[in-house]
Amino acid sequence: MNVIERIKTYNTQLGLTFIGLLVLILFMVTAPGTFLRGRIYSSFLSITPFIGIAGLGLTLVLVSGEIDLSFTAVMGFAGYVFAVTMGFTGSIILGILAGLASGAVVGMLNGMLVTLIGIPSIVVTLGMQFLIRGATNIIAAGQATTLTQLAGTPIHSLLVGEIGGVVPAQSIWFLVLAVLVWSLLFRHKFGDHILFSGDNPETAEMMGISVTRTKIIVFMIFGALAAFSGILDSFRLRTWWPTMGQGYLMTTMAAVFIGGTSMFGGEGTVYGTFLGAFIIGSLEAGIVAAGLSGFWTRFIYGILILIAVTIHTLLRRQS
Amino acid sequence: MKNIHKRFGGVVALRGVDFTVGDNEVIGLIGDNGAGKSTLQKILSGLYPPTEGEIFVKGEKIDPNNYSVRQAHEMGIETVFQEKALGQKQALWRNIFLGRQPTTKFGYLDVEEAKSETDRIMKQFLGFTGEGVSPDSTVSTLSGGERQGIAIGRAMYFEADLIILDEPTNALSVKEIGKVLDFIREVKRQGKSCVYISHTIAHIYEVSDRFVILDKGKVADRREKGELTEQELIDELTHHATRPETEERSP
Repeated sequence: MNVIERIKTYNTQLGLTFIGLLVLILFMVTAPGTFLRGRIYSSFLSITPFIGIAGLGLTLVLVSGEIDLSFTAVMGFAGYVFAVTMGFTGSIILGILAGLASGAVVGMLNGMLVTLIGIPSIVVTLGMQFLIRGATNIIAAGQATTLTQLAGTPIHSLLVGEIGGVVPAQSIWFLVLAVLVWSLLFRHKFGDHILFSGDNPETAEMMGISVTRTKIIVFMIFGALAAFSGILDSFRLRTWWPTMGQGYLMTTMAAVFIGGTSMFGGEGTVYGTFLGAFIIGSLEAGIVAAGLSGFWTRFIYGILILIAVTIHTLLRRQS
Repeated sequence: MKNIHKRFGGVVALRGVDFTVGDNEVIGLIGDNGAGKSTLQKILSGLYPPTEGEIFVKGEKIDPNNYSVRQAHEMGIETVFQEKALGQKQALWRNIFLGRQPTTKFGYLDVEEAKSETDRIMKQFLGFTGEGVSPDSTVSTLSGGERQGIAIGRAMYFEADLIILDEPTNALSVKEIGKVLDFIREVKRQGKSCVYISHTIAHIYEVSDRFVILDKGKVADRREKGELTEQELIDELTHHATRPETEERSP
């Protein structure tokens, strides 16, 4: 491959990196007092992983040709399962495992309803979103649970501690998971199954791949990732709130679409989602720090999404 | 395949078809739309079992309930479907090795191996010169004939003894059709067999050794290439296709 071919192959990624840098420079110019100091970046790194980890799962689901809107409820549900299991058994590890498993089970239900019954995933997961959020609230009676016992435990530092007092551990987890998801999607046999299930399910079946099984597993992976995000958030806040995860739906989707993953399945970018999460995550804090009112946040989200998706679509059509 | 029947609910697609493919033979399977060509091909390639009848591969009887696409591959039967054969947005190397990827530990892909083998398949089996097309190209950048070529090359690479082609020349330009017919001749030259399914007689006549004509779920006729001209074959197909349906239903 020569240089021009390489640039063509990676133009989406390069374009996105450019947008990210542009946003950053804009903030540095408008609010140098904030953006030339390190503290604001620590703050980004502590917030964005929650959008980002869910975004990684959403990327996989979109590549497989489906969508999942239930993950925000799964974050809350898994956080609750984690809190209750831990309270019951006294074991943080068991709590985490139960939380992750609860997310995977919801994912499995989503996947089975989509593939075996044949309901469109947007409808299944919309219903599941209400059902899970509702069920969680009923069981918890709408009450928050304090998790003060987490403070000072080694697992707490491992998951959400601050490395060197600066880098939040959850951002490292996000990075590690992004690398894992990338290698699963583009370097593992199962990634091929996901790509082809989303691109052309008939081709996949012809070559002996079970699209049903592939999609169910993808929904389960997303369930577990959403659960992990919810558990991390419980660790960070040391409290479980019945509203946990609410408000992440639109920002997570925005991060993934700004990143350049297509709605149509069969293609996606993990790097894009990674960067998209940071762009979205930096905007809210950045816009306020730049002296604009919070009302501007959504307006600028909108502009950014439309510009980014237009560019991605044009680039895709060209190649 | 012996006495193959296939019913979908109340619809009878095949009613007692006998079908044999010999060694190193190209068979043209001809018939109008709805004659049962695709159904027969799907049974042969392991996509679904026949309602009734027996299948033998290399003299060995197949348990129809245990027969699958994967098993057909293992027994050397590969099908090339137009449009359905390849994932349009994926790189060529992913398409060639889908379902049979070379892997290292824990199921991770051996990408180097897959790419270099794809390059070899393209040059050796298919005569791609390497201009503008590489193993990293996506299928959507290839012409229709080249896409068929990749699917046929994949089948040859995996040592298929019998390659089934379903309407491989549909919607292709004249030049592209020539390429596909060359690919089929290459299959024969490599000592393999081919079932060529189509209702475009001109192409099928050119490369086939024998013809089997299906009509309304039955074998209407079998002919050797030497026995008739292209025009006679066309006339025969037209004759069957335009025969009134009622004749078939009368006791």
